[in-house]
Amino acid sequence: MKIFFRNARIVDPSGNYDGLFDIMIVDGAIQEIGSSLGGNPVNYEINLRGKLVLPGLFDMHTHLREPGQEYKEDIASGTAAAANGGFTAIAAMPNTDPVVDSADVVKYVIDRAKQSPTAEQAGLVSVYQIAAITDGRKGVKLSEMKDLSEAGAVAFSDDGSAVTDSQVMRLALEYSSMLGKPIIQHCEDHALTKFGTVNESPKTIEYGLKTQHRLAEELIVSRDIMMLEAFGGKYHATHLSAAESVEIVAAAKKRGLPITCDVTPHHLFLDDGLLSSYDSDYKVNPPLRTKADNEALVDALKSGVIDAIASDHAPHAIHEKEVEFDSAPFGMIGLETTVGAVMTGLYHTGVLDMHAIVRLLCLNPRKIMGIPIPQFNLGARADLTIIDPDYEWTVDPDNFKSKSRNTGFKGQRFKGNAVGVVNGERFYFSDRLS
Amino acid sequence: MPQGIRNLLGLRDVEPEGLLEILDTARSFREVLERPIKKVPTLQGTTVVNLFFESSTRTRISFELAERRLSADVVNFVASGSSVSKGETLKDTARNIEAMKTDIVVIRHSSTGAPHFLSRLLKSPVINAGDGINEHPTQALLDMFTMREKLGELKGLHVCIVGDITHSRVARSNIFGLTKLGASVAVCGPRTLIPDYLDRFGVKVFYDIDDAIRWADVLNVLRIQLEREAGGDFPSIREYRLYWGVNRSRLEKVNKQVVIMHPGPINRGVELDADIADGESSVILDQVTNGVAVRMAVLYLTGVKPS
Repeated sequence: MKIFFRNARIVDPSGNYDGLFDIMIVDGAIQEIGSSLGGNPVNYEINLRGKLVLPGLFDMHTHLREPGQEYKEDIASGTAAAANGGFTAIAAMPNTDPVVDSADVVKYVIDRAKQSPTAEQAGLVSVYQIAAITDGRKGVKLSEMKDLSEAGAVAFSDDGSAVTDSQVMRLALEYSSMLGKPIIQHCEDHALTKFGTVNESPKTIEYGLKTQHRLAEELIVSRDIMMLEAFGGKYHATHLSAAESVEIVAAAKKRGLPITCDVTPHHLFLDDGLLSSYDSDYKVNPPLRTKADNEALVDALKSGVIDAIASDHAPHAIHEKEVEFDSAPFGMIGLETTVGAVMTGLYHTGVLDMHAIVRLLCLNPRKIMGIPIPQFNLGARADLTIIDPDYEWTVDPDNFKSKSRNTGFKGQRFKGNAVGVVNGERFYFSDRLS
Repeated sequence: MPQGIRNLLGLRDVEPEGLLEILDTARSFREVLERPIKKVPTLQGTTVVNLFFESSTRTRISFELAERRLSADVVNFVASGSSVSKGETLKDTARNIEAMKTDIVVIRHSSTGAPHFLSRLLKSPVINAGDGINEHPTQALLDMFTMREKLGELKGLHVCIVGDITHSRVARSNIFGLTKLGASVAVCGPRTLIPDYLDRFGVKVFYDIDDAIRWADVLNVLRIQLEREAGGDFPSIREYRLYWGVNRSRLEKVNKQVVIMHPGPINRGVELDADIADGESSVILDQVTNGVAVRMAVLYLTGVKPS
């Protein structure tokens, strides 16, 4: 199989390529990069006319819902959504049914992923599995971390819940430090957020919704940093939402602590003013915060305090979201809007250049999880994402490959989107690639 | 000619002119209630559905009387023992009832935003009879109607709401409505029952009930939900009664008559002593009567068909 791209603008983190190149891929490996290649017959020849070619994007925070909640999403639909959104690899969170807290479940997901999305396109998106920190994500007793690690788990998280018991957190940091794999914390002091569904702010008090104070996040981030300093380990705070949380992380990084963190596009670009509609698509956890928080998170991306952007793709069926606000589950999908939101809100606004965006969506999250970084070297396995930076589109969930529709970006106009991916011998070119 | 209103979801979104239109319309219905035959043909042929997903005797009876006195056909849906217990969603319940060709929906629900959710799904006008901790617009309108009736204009009036403000939809609707019509609004209660940021709504906060009484022309005393004590939002009923209970000795300290209101039902001897509730400065039963008139006005205005 030969795929030939002409006029690709490669954004290469190693800096070997800067400008327009032709790329020849043969049987899933990069055979040649240069100018005015071609002449030999190929299976696919695509003139990219200056579209961006990046090392394959990686989403470090996805909910695939399989096993157990396949009506929301499954590995096939989730990986199809990932490919459509420009990701060649994703890491799945363990809050499935059963919870990924045993080696058997890790192996089940990895095996299933090898046949997804279809037999012909098996392995189009590489699926990595995150395992639970504690048995059943109950926060009481450590999971069999070493066995989980041996089975292929790349990180540990009780996502959806925080590990709030300080002794359990100490044990988790110490035990996982033997494995070199990060503890990914969902930062929430649950005692402080009980019954709360939205950020506590003048706006949400006006709307009469039950609130969660932002301190619920900051308290856990602060405590975890103190524990990391005392006990060691590798620690990552996921989906940070409050300005102060990021300041706390910045101070810890200054002291040289091995802490990393990510943010989601919805916490970067959506705010709690949207709750005036009582539309449960805007109900996420952590909750959408204020415009000032949006701005602080964008600034922290610019200054490099935030290491990664992650989707927190959280599919829920229409019938689960189309209910009264208090009864709806938390979460929104994000695999198919992340690139659009980032290109629109960060690239075209001049906040970040493409090198920074590649670091946030590809290099750093792979480093945090110890996953190989795609290279544009001759002979290397092809693993790349094609982005059309000027593609203008309106977010319409009915066009998604995901089984679910719950996005807070619905109806928004975006400029820029992924138009294709290549992952070894597998590839996907969207209709948007013209 | 009245403008009519599409929905009444909350007072947050109603303009001052809209509030005045409802209150003025209620005045003529208040007169109807003094007639020997308390019934007008206004909503003849209109079917109103009362969807009560949360138990409430007085609000439901008040709405039902208002509907019947307007000659509407009335259907009551009470959540317990209905299809909700079979797992039917709010969406299905409401759309099924509407499919039976009903005209106006009145809803009470324990979740904030449930009336707004229904208004997006239904063609019928939706009237909020209380949603979660958000709003109870007809209660605030009847409170405002009663204050106007007893004290004249609302502009400049000092109204203090006493009790659990954080979880009170009555307090929130009163705050929105009264501030829009120029009244000065304060709240009083333990700090743990008062939300932050109230200054942004132009609301004064008292933690001391004696300060509040000195300031107020009207005390709107809220029912203390006894389960709040169990939840630990304040230390005990005993302590609440001691420091925030409205009683004769507190009211006698000031040299003026303070009008006493309560949305009911009263925990006598807790937030309000019996002699005060039944005393001459209490307008609690007027509130109940006016509630029917105000609800008639709201139903009439939502039932107005655009010509």
